[in-house]
Amino acid sequence: MRTETAPPGLLARLAEIGRDAAGPDAPPHPGPETLYDRHGVLVVRVGDVVVKAHQPDREYGRPLHDRIRLAQTLPRVLLAPLGPPLDIDGRTVTVSPYGEPVDPQEELPWEEGARLLAELHAAPVPADAPSWGRPTRVAKVVSRLGSGPAEDVVRRAFATLPSWIRGEGIEPPAETEHLIHGDWHLGQMVRGPGGRWRLIDIEDLGRGSPAWDLARPAALYSGGVLPPDEWTRFLGAYQQAGGPAVPTQGDPWTALDLPARSLAIQIAATCVLSAGRSERSLDGAEQAMVDACARIGGARRPA
Amino acid sequence: MHCPKCRGVMRTYTRSGVHIEQCDSCRGIFLDYGELEALSQMESQYRAAPPPAAAPGWGAPAPAVHHHHHGGHHRPHHGGVFHMLFST
Repeated sequence: MRTETAPPGLLARLAEIGRDAAGPDAPPHPGPETLYDRHGVLVVRVGDVVVKAHQPDREYGRPLHDRIRLAQTLPRVLLAPLGPPLDIDGRTVTVSPYGEPVDPQEELPWEEGARLLAELHAAPVPADAPSWGRPTRVAKVVSRLGSGPAEDVVRRAFATLPSWIRGEGIEPPAETEHLIHGDWHLGQMVRGPGGRWRLIDIEDLGRGSPAWDLARPAALYSGGVLPPDEWTRFLGAYQQAGGPAVPTQGDPWTALDLPARSLAIQIAATCVLSAGRSERSLDGAEQAMVDACARIGGARRPA
Repeated sequence: MHCPKCRGVMRTYTRSGVHIEQCDSCRGIFLDYGELEALSQMESQYRAAPPPAAAPGWGAPAPAVHHHHHGGHHRPHHGGVFHMLFST
């Protein structure tokens, strides 16, 4: 996994783009503020705009144009980039309005996140909407694992996933497709202009199965890491808002099991890699996710 | 107090706030007035408690991570949990 910070000239270029986007009439603001600088991604705030240099090793191409245009049609739900992506010294760069992120010290906006997802999932799907495709992160992160007992536990759990998620088989034909965010977590929520919560990061936005947007909290709850009351707030608000990923009554886990299992494995693999890189042992929550993998691997025969 | 059945010695125990007398010899139990009602009331409260949120077959059997409770106030997430909630 990439951990290096961005090349030195890039910050200055992004700040310049931000100043241009803010315009000469923008109120005076403090210098550029780096919001994120990891894994080759650099995010810089200049006043009311945010300039993002996307992952250097990912092919964005035409679908990113389509995703930005699609996001701009859903302003109640998504805080979309202001224009098409730019090519800056070979890097894909977008400019978006600034939004206030979630404060982890405050009550977490589970209900607001659930309602935004339900609204996105209920939006009409344009015929030319790009496809979210299949979940690819879990296979990618598991392939980076080295040797060790925790690594083996995660790999055994991974072997229980259907071949199309492991990247080996053909994706099953999609059931009813909805617009989905594709990589939802609490870091993907900001308070935009006017104070309304919105979703950011539209790089995976597209047609897909909506249960995958609920996968991360479902995985963390199943791993015993997310307290039941927080999970219940999230799921309850989603069901109340009429979200289509789970039945309004009855067992949500028929729809959530596979996405939650995949994310539990992906999160555990990410934790094992992160602990290995910094030569530390797993903390309590990270160990809980590896333990979830042990239950997954023990409970099922390889698919 | 002696057991009315076998004359053994009765000892007083407190279970969930209800005093019961139990015979050391025959293990028979003596309940004071109202204590049977108190016990059945507690039983019905237990049965009426909302079921815990459902989970998949591989879900954690019990809270795997200790959560600090501060009288219903928000519990901030730290360390690994923070990264799991806030990043890809």
